[in-house]
Amino acid sequence: MDVLLDNLDLYGPGFLNTVELFLISAVGSLVLGTILAMLRVAPVPVMRAMGTAYVTIVRNTPLTLVFFFFALAFPALGIVTADTFGGSAASLFYTAALFALTLYTAAFVCEVVRAGINTVPVGQAEASRALGLTFGQMLGSVVLPQATRAVVPPMMSTMIALLKNTTIAAGFSVFQAGSISANLAERGENQLIGLLWVAGFFVVLVIPMTLLQRSLEKRWSIAR
Amino acid sequence: MSSVLFDVPGPRARLRHRLYAAIGILVLVAAIGFVLYRFADTGQFEGRKWSWLEYKNIQLTLGEALLNTLKAFALGAVFALLFGAIFAAGQLSDHKVIRVPSMVVVELFRAVPLVVLIFVFHYGVSLGSPLYSVVLGLTLYNGSVLAEVFRAGVLSLPRGQSEAAYAVGMRKTQVMRHVLLPQAVRAMLPAIISQLVVLLKDTALGFLITYDELLDFARDIGSQFQFGRPLVPVTIIVAAVYISMCLLLTWLATYLEKRSRRDKKVIALEKKPAEDVVAAAV
Repeated sequence: MDVLLDNLDLYGPGFLNTVELFLISAVGSLVLGTILAMLRVAPVPVMRAMGTAYVTIVRNTPLTLVFFFFALAFPALGIVTADTFGGSAASLFYTAALFALTLYTAAFVCEVVRAGINTVPVGQAEASRALGLTFGQMLGSVVLPQATRAVVPPMMSTMIALLKNTTIAAGFSVFQAGSISANLAERGENQLIGLLWVAGFFVVLVIPMTLLQRSLEKRWSIAR
Repeated sequence: MSSVLFDVPGPRARLRHRLYAAIGILVLVAAIGFVLYRFADTGQFEGRKWSWLEYKNIQLTLGEALLNTLKAFALGAVFALLFGAIFAAGQLSDHKVIRVPSMVVVELFRAVPLVVLIFVFHYGVSLGSPLYSVVLGLTLYNGSVLAEVFRAGVLSLPRGQSEAAYAVGMRKTQVMRHVLLPQAVRAMLPAIISQLVVLLKDTALGFLITYDELLDFARDIGSQFQFGRPLVPVTIIVAAVYISMCLLLTWLATYLEKRSRRDKKVIALEKKPAEDVVAAAV
C-alpha cells in the first residue's frame, strides 16, 4: 500500500496518460478503420485491393515493430523531426505512439466492421431496394441497425486490446502506466509491488468492460 | 454480383466506378511516389545503408535473432496450449472448487497487459534470463485466451454428442477425451492457429526487456554508424520476416478451415464462424 500511496504522483499521471493515449487512438482507429472497411466492401476492385493490402500487412506485423518504426526509424525519413514539435523529443515520441496505436488498431476495427456488414443477409438490402429506399435510407434503417448487433461486442474486445496495448509505449519513451515501474526503480521502491498495483488497476479497468461485452454479446446474439 | 450494400451496377454506375478506380489508382501512385521520394531524398537507397546484408557475421546474427524469436514462439506455443487445455478442463469442471479458481485465473491473466506481466516476471521477480520472462508471460496470457477458445469449442458442440456418449456408458473423462475434445479442437483449429499468430507477434515484446530477438537485432544494426545508421532498411527487412512468418501461419489456418468445411466429420458450429473469432484476435 505504501508503494502506491507514496508514489501517487507517478500512478495518477501514468494512468491518466494511458487513458488519454487510449481515447485519442480509439477515436482515430474507429474513423480510419471504418474508412478501410468501406474500401474493403467497395464495388471497385482497386479500392478493395488497397483495403486488403493494408489489413494483411498491418495485421501480421507486431505492434512493437510498428512502435519501433514510428519512434525510431520514421524520423530518419525527415518528414517530421523533433523540430516539428519545437525540438521536444517527448512530443515526437508521444505522436509516434498515437500513430502506431491508431494505424495498428484500425486494421482490426476494419475487420470487425466488415464482418458485421457481412452478417446482414443480402435479401434484406434487396428487399429495401425493391421498396424504393435510397442508399442512405437503406443503410440507416435496414443494414446498420442489424450490423451494429454483430459489430459492438467484438469491437469492445478490440478496444480492450487497444487499452492494454498502450502499455507497449513504455519501451518507447512515452510516460504512461507501463513505465511507472521503471520510474519506481529510480526512486528505489519495490518494483514487484509497484507492478502488481499497475496490474491490479488494469484488472479493475478491463474486467467491467469484459463483463459488459459478454452480456451484450449474449443479449444481442439473435438466431438467423 | 450483388452484395449487401451495392446493387448490380448499371451503365452509369459502371462509369462512376471506373472514375473511382482511376482516382484510387492516382491516390495510390501518389502515396507510393511520395514514399519513394522521401526514401531517395534521405538516402535510404544508398548502397552503404544496405551493405550490412552482405556481411557474413551480420547474416549469422540475423539467423540467431530469428532463432531466438522462434525459440520463444515454440516454447510459448507449447506451454500456452498445455495451460489452455488444463484451464479449459478446469472451467468445465462440475466441481465448484476447481471451476471458480480456474475462471478467476483465466480472467485475471486476460485482463493484465502482456507487457505488465512480462515486466512483473523480469523486473519484479527477477527470473534472470529475459527468455524465461517472455515465455512465461506468453504462456499465461495466450494460455488464458486459448482456454476460452477450447471452452467455447466444447460448449458449442451439440448437446446430443455428450448425451449419446453418456448413454453408451462412458465416464466423464472418457466423454471429454474421446468425444468432445477431438471435435472441439478440430472445429476451433482456425481460432487456435490465429491465437498462435498473436503469440508469434507478441514475442517482439521481448525487445522491451532486451531479449535478443529480431527487433533487438534491428536496433543494433540500425545504430551502427559505419552503415550510415540504416534504421529504415533494417526495419523493412525485419518487418518482412515477421509478416512472412505470420502469413504462413495464417494461410495454414485458412487452409485448415477450408478443409474442415469440406470434411463431413466436422460438425458445423452455427454460432461462431471462425472468421469472427480470427478477427477478434488482436
